[in-house]
Amino acid sequence: MAEIKSNAASVEFRNVSKFYGKSKVAAVNDVSLNVEAGKLVTLLGPSGCGKTTTLRMIAGLEMASSGKILIGGADVTSLPATDRDVSMVFQSYALFPHMSVMENVQYGLRFSGFPKKEIAERANAGLELVGLTGYGDRLPSQLSGGQQQRVAVARALVLEPQVLLFDEPLSNLDAKLRRRVREEIREIQQKLGLTVVYVTHDQEEALAVSDRIIVMNNAVIAQDGTPRELYDAPASAFVADFIGEANMFDCEVVSVDGDVATVRLGPVTLKLPARGHGPGAARLAARPNRIDIAAAETPGTLPGTIEKATYVGSHLEFVVGTEFGEVFVVSPDVDSGLRPGQPVGLAFPARGPVLIKG
Amino acid sequence: MRQHREVRGLHPTVILWVAVGLVGFAVLPWYGTDSNFFTLSWLLDGYPLDGDVAPALFLALQGEKPWLAPVGVLLLLPFLLWNRPKTDPFFGRLLIAVGAIGFAYLMLQGFAIGLRGWRFEWLASLFGELGDRQFGMGYGAMLSAGAFLFLFSLGLAGRGVVGGDVFVVSTIAFVITVVALFIFMPILQMLANAMITQEGTYSLSSFAGKIFSDRLWGIGCVTQNIGCGVAWNSLFLAILVGVLTTLLGLVFALVVTRTGFRYGRVLRALTVLPIITPPFVIGLAIILLFGLSGAVTQMFAELFGVQATRWVYGLPGLLIAQLLAFTPIAFLVLIGVVEGISPSMEEAAQTLRASRWQTFRTVSLPLMRPGLANAFLLGFIESMADFGNPLVLGGNFDVLSTEIFFAIVGAQNDQAQAAVLAIVLLAFTLGAFYAQRFWLGQKSYTTVSGKGDSGVHPLLPAGLRYTVFAIAGFWVLFTVFVYATIFYGSFVKLWGVDNSLTLVHYVKSFAIGWTEFGIHWKGAAWSSFWTTITIALVSAPLTAAIGLLTAYLLVRQDFAGKDAFEFGTMLSFAIPGTVIGVSYVIAFNVPPIELTGTGVILVLSFIFRNMPVGVRAGVASMSQIDRSLDESSLTLGANSWQTFRKIVLPLLRPAILAALVYSFVRAMTAISAIIFLVSARYDMSTSYIIGRVENNEYGIAIAYSAVLIAVMLAVIGLMQLAVGSLNIGRRGRDGGDLSQSRTNVGAARPQPAFSGGG
Repeated sequence: MAEIKSNAASVEFRNVSKFYGKSKVAAVNDVSLNVEAGKLVTLLGPSGCGKTTTLRMIAGLEMASSGKILIGGADVTSLPATDRDVSMVFQSYALFPHMSVMENVQYGLRFSGFPKKEIAERANAGLELVGLTGYGDRLPSQLSGGQQQRVAVARALVLEPQVLLFDEPLSNLDAKLRRRVREEIREIQQKLGLTVVYVTHDQEEALAVSDRIIVMNNAVIAQDGTPRELYDAPASAFVADFIGEANMFDCEVVSVDGDVATVRLGPVTLKLPARGHGPGAARLAARPNRIDIAAAETPGTLPGTIEKATYVGSHLEFVVGTEFGEVFVVSPDVDSGLRPGQPVGLAFPARGPVLIKG
Repeated sequence: MRQHREVRGLHPTVILWVAVGLVGFAVLPWYGTDSNFFTLSWLLDGYPLDGDVAPALFLALQGEKPWLAPVGVLLLLPFLLWNRPKTDPFFGRLLIAVGAIGFAYLMLQGFAIGLRGWRFEWLASLFGELGDRQFGMGYGAMLSAGAFLFLFSLGLAGRGVVGGDVFVVSTIAFVITVVALFIFMPILQMLANAMITQEGTYSLSSFAGKIFSDRLWGIGCVTQNIGCGVAWNSLFLAILVGVLTTLLGLVFALVVTRTGFRYGRVLRALTVLPIITPPFVIGLAIILLFGLSGAVTQMFAELFGVQATRWVYGLPGLLIAQLLAFTPIAFLVLIGVVEGISPSMEEAAQTLRASRWQTFRTVSLPLMRPGLANAFLLGFIESMADFGNPLVLGGNFDVLSTEIFFAIVGAQNDQAQAAVLAIVLLAFTLGAFYAQRFWLGQKSYTTVSGKGDSGVHPLLPAGLRYTVFAIAGFWVLFTVFVYATIFYGSFVKLWGVDNSLTLVHYVKSFAIGWTEFGIHWKGAAWSSFWTTITIALVSAPLTAAIGLLTAYLLVRQDFAGKDAFEFGTMLSFAIPGTVIGVSYVIAFNVPPIELTGTGVILVLSFIFRNMPVGVRAGVASMSQIDRSLDESSLTLGANSWQTFRKIVLPLLRPAILAALVYSFVRAMTAISAIIFLVSARYDMSTSYIIGRVENNEYGIAIAYSAVLIAVMLAVIGLMQLAVGSLNIGRRGRDGGDLSQSRTNVGAARPQPAFSGGG
């Protein structure tokens, strides 16, 4: 029995741009990125941010207007999709409706010059890997959405590509199935050590599967980092707001001492990582679950009044009115008994707020 | 990168095309005369040395036609690419140069040297008199030209044009070349001819004199009691037909979709009629009914004691015939439009307290407006281009299309006059075509996109419903009556004079005898019948192939100049058959492409007349196939040709079959273009029938027409059966939302052939 291996290779973009039409609208503007071999990297962003164009440029389905694209260190900028060793799983799965599952999985192998016997073995191994042994004779239309998705993955995997691309692979599945399939994808990726580039607009999905996330906005990279870095230390208001939720505060950096900035937020003074900020006006982002609600008048807290309290089962959601406007706070303590109208103090724990650009 | 084979020797595609070119240069006869185009008799006619059948290589070696020698040299140049990969800049540059120079040189020498030596005097004065001449190009020249063309495309692909895709670049180059050669070149030559005076010199003033003549633009029918100019006649008739067919088409569409009428399928069958009916057959039936000895006219004359007249010849008869012929086309367009209006729009209006009548007036009708304009323009173009009906029914009401015919066929044989008339006709139809594309193209009121919505169209208000029923009912009865007349008329001995029933017309045309050699096709019609079938069978696959390839380029590929490309390929829709006919006669009568009197010219005219049918069918069904299927195939390592063959073509099977059948049927029913192109050897059914009409042998003409209708009905029926069984699910079950976007301009659904060739 043949076994699916991986030929994982790195992907590198050097100042790649893509313009459309006569008006030269940039879909991707001077993007440089690097995906190490064997890692799963997610391109995340709102629709129209250029993430799918970036993915399609890796596949060779779109040609870069300028810049260089390297796969496994080799320049592939001008190679069409056919000649790149890259496979892609499409949002619609793009299973060929006139071919059986087995024919679909064998399709790419037939153009790769394998002997017949090996084609069959590899295709079987591929179907086994995704748990669809015995479904080879069915037509795609006879499979459920999740099964179709797995056939699409198998079809891409059996070619043992240098890079495997996923274009919003879960968007056609229902919520429960989505969670299971994304775990399966991650499992296969780690088992085989594949290089995977994954496009999604769902931040939770991105946080769950990725080694690294590249957040894109308006055709450029907004931030590039591990899921934890992005969540805990967003670089900009856009990233802070796009990944999870965040409260924004205007604040003032009083002084900077090495890596530590002293920040004044109304009556509160905080010591935070400076992250390159100098003294002067700045902005602060704080996650709703990284703000604690303390009793009113507690020293070092921001005074406010509870305006709304919503019980959602696993936690309580508060809207607290402060001098900086409304602040959204999530508290796991569902038995606190806080009611609208009650004065409170908002406390910022050490790993809570971060200084951000803009 | 996927593993590539080492570059050794020549790129395989270069080898292929160089080999093809060399076969053309050194093996096959360079010139095409009748004997060495259709038969192999040239093998015995002194090949390879005799000048008429020799390949170019032998001609050049014998010192004849020395201007052909450079072709061979150019064909050998690609060998310089030994051991060079496709990505080498020199690879692309050399092939581009060889291809472009070779192709241009072939064309130039073809146009420069004709049957009587130099074709232009300045060439003679430049190079001295040429004691030699040449015929039209044959297989040898064709293969060499093809080789140059594809080497050129290969070079372009090597330089990275269209992503370096050889198949796509070659296809684009091929389609552009054939469209230029067989649509634009003839039209341009015709334009040039329009300026030639009787003495054979070019003159703008004579052209201006002709194009503004009273014969065309006179307004005698307003000021005096004489006929108006031909151009006005055509325009007036076309506008009338456009308006009335649109109204009738709308009535039918409303009956089918908005009245709860249960037999809509029967009405839909009406749309098949113009496809299977040769255009002039309706005219014949009108004569049988309303002509001087027509059944209805005679009945009226007896009932009311009035003198029977020839009232039907001219505008009234033409109008009736064209309405009968073209209403189904408007119906076909409008049913898509009316169905395409999202029911939720109308339901929304009703929930906002609009009555049925108000809903219809304020929501449904405005949403149909672009569709109505579309139907009007189609009726307009069809009427302008119609040739068969004016020929049999026109009387003294001259229109452009017949006027063109008589300018060429009549005693005057004035090609320049025909060209001038053709230009005027072309201007009208192109104007309408242009309006349709650029005015309506932007006005598609897409009512819903994304997920298809359910809902039911509301019924029409009662008063309107009964009106619509009455009109549609009358028109259906009338249509049935007309077709029954054709059928019945084919058995009547001499209509209006001797009304006894007989089989004599069928026997005369289609008798079959037996001799010791087997079947003997005794009937007079068999020869033209088999010719028609043969020509239609040859041209149908070619039409479908070029149409689908073009559709593939339009739907699936992006390249510079795609808009112009699309416009050019769809243009022949707007070129009336008579214009194509005249331009082919003018362009292909002399070398380098000498085709008059051959079957090839008929096949070519069908291919390029009917190409838009294939393109439309292809575009419609290719848009239904999600693009990610192609992309998926490409990322799995198939190249674009393999993707086209393995993914696109299998999914297009129903469209292919439809394109095949429609181009076959259109070839069977066409009249306007081919009446200029037929010859004694290659006579077609339709022109044979017209000939019988001119000889007043109505019986045979009608019997033959009935046979044609029956044959085509059978062909269409078989196709419906086959397509039905081929209709495999095109997409996975949860990927269907893309195809469900509803628009109210019904351009996206497959619209089969418009009328039989007008």
